[in-house]
Amino acid sequence: MHQPIKKHRPPLKKRLADASEPYLYSAPALILIVAVMLVPLVVGISYAFRDIQLLNPFSGGFVGLDHFRALGQDEAFYGALRNTLWWTGASVFLQFTFGLILALLLDKPFYGRGLVQALVFLPWAVPSFLAGLNWAWLFNPVIGPLPHWFTALGLMDEPHNILSDPHLAMWGPIAANVWWGIPFFAITLLAALQAIPRDLYEAASIDGAGPVQRFMSITLPFLAPTIAITVLLRTVWISNFADLIVVMTNGGPADRTQIVASYIFTQAFKRLDFGYASAIALVLLALLLVYSMLIVLLRQTMLNKG
Amino acid sequence: MRTRSLLLTGAHRLAILAYVVFALFPLFWLLKVSVTPNDLLYSEGVRMWPSRMTFEHFNFVIAHSAFPTFFKNSLIVAGATAVVVTILASLSGYALSRFSFRAKYWIVALMLITQMFPLVMLVAPIFKMLSPLGLTNSLTGLVIVYSAFNVPFATFLMQSFFDGIPKDLEEAAMIDGATQFVAFRQIILPLTLPGIAATLGFVFTAAWSELLFALMLISGNDAATFPVGLLTFVSKFSVDFGQMMAAGVLALIPACLFFLLIQRYLVQGLTAGAVKG
Repeated sequence: MHQPIKKHRPPLKKRLADASEPYLYSAPALILIVAVMLVPLVVGISYAFRDIQLLNPFSGGFVGLDHFRALGQDEAFYGALRNTLWWTGASVFLQFTFGLILALLLDKPFYGRGLVQALVFLPWAVPSFLAGLNWAWLFNPVIGPLPHWFTALGLMDEPHNILSDPHLAMWGPIAANVWWGIPFFAITLLAALQAIPRDLYEAASIDGAGPVQRFMSITLPFLAPTIAITVLLRTVWISNFADLIVVMTNGGPADRTQIVASYIFTQAFKRLDFGYASAIALVLLALLLVYSMLIVLLRQTMLNKG
Repeated sequence: MRTRSLLLTGAHRLAILAYVVFALFPLFWLLKVSVTPNDLLYSEGVRMWPSRMTFEHFNFVIAHSAFPTFFKNSLIVAGATAVVVTILASLSGYALSRFSFRAKYWIVALMLITQMFPLVMLVAPIFKMLSPLGLTNSLTGLVIVYSAFNVPFATFLMQSFFDGIPKDLEEAAMIDGATQFVAFRQIILPLTLPGIAATLGFVFTAAWSELLFALMLISGNDAATFPVGLLTFVSKFSVDFGQMMAAGVLALIPACLFFLLIQRYLVQGLTAGAVKG
């Protein structure tokens, strides 16, 4: 701040007030975030290097990198990592694809659009664990219709519960997650669609562009920044999102649906080993940070090109 | 050409119908189980609608369980969180939308990173911090924690609404001698009412459904919120699905009502901000 003194410089008090104004606006939110999220995070990170067992009064000592060494040998962790990739990839891909289709369908005016929009967005308002219970119910052959429908369609030999089939179990929580998460993508993408100037489409059709061409050369480029940021946020949320899995399968059968987030949950609340749980959480956080940086870089290069 | 456009319209309506059915069918099933009498629960498990309907589950849940307390607690927590977060997020969202200042990118980065925390990692430290302050087992403690969790996304949401309002409005007011805060409060805030509604609704539904921290910070029925209360139907000797689903249906009502009211503003507000991506 070593600017040469100019003649018409406002008084110091006024400049100070101006400079501090944005900080005053953001201070309450920041203080809350720092106190309730950042400080506990730092404490939580320190747990990763300590022996924290909830029911053991002699625990609490510093163990250095022991947890991470144990983690390196933990087969269950690698399995959970693979399952996380599968769970997150499939959920985000399906939510995004169906969300985009829904947004495109809702972007056309039709009679009763307001009502339809309210109804198809409704799953978002359902508490996640209730959604999980409900879908677990739907997949149960005794009390749910889905296995019978699958059998009628020839997808199954006889009605059985896919949640107890090691090869198919992951599809249960994924289906619930897709149902629950489509509205998020549909809402944000619909908003982005409605922000595209309509005359662009008219000009393109006058120039003889077909619907596919218009979609590829107008819609997609306009949506790209929104797609990048929503996919980023959703990927991060979903890989941290254990509710549906904990409620529907609890990681089973045979750990086939155990993702890293639910593995952390199991370590913390079933085995009460908060030290080890924090170490796993720290690794997950680091992976998500690397992933987000890649996406942000990608988005930046896309924006610079456009 | 006519038949082709007619076909396209038909396909469009059919696709819309498929989405509506997909979105509503699980909710319909929830309702169906909640009105099925216990003796028919398994024998008519896969029928579309039970041959006999009953409201005894609803009756029991409302009159003979602690559910009304859970419901009241949830309303207080979700309502208070929504109000607190919306106030804080309007202020911080305004700062991000209207000012360019040194720490801006750091603030945005901090808020983005908070979205990546595995929240399980924070449970034990938060418990240890809140317990000496007497904020565990209290609704106030829950409101504080939920507010912190929801402020980052709400800030981005409010920022996108502010971005959609032209700057000239408050500049004109400031030329007339108003300070920026007065211009913000009297001119900009009333224009962002849809944004405020959207943020309120979004945070309300999020706080309404939260389970993990409600479970860890609250022990005992007096301060339990309904997701925790719903689990008490499971942890008893047998799971009473009818009662549980009835409680679930009741618990859905406020969140759904709120959401039905605000979803239109959510799209509107994001449209305004989406121009900048």
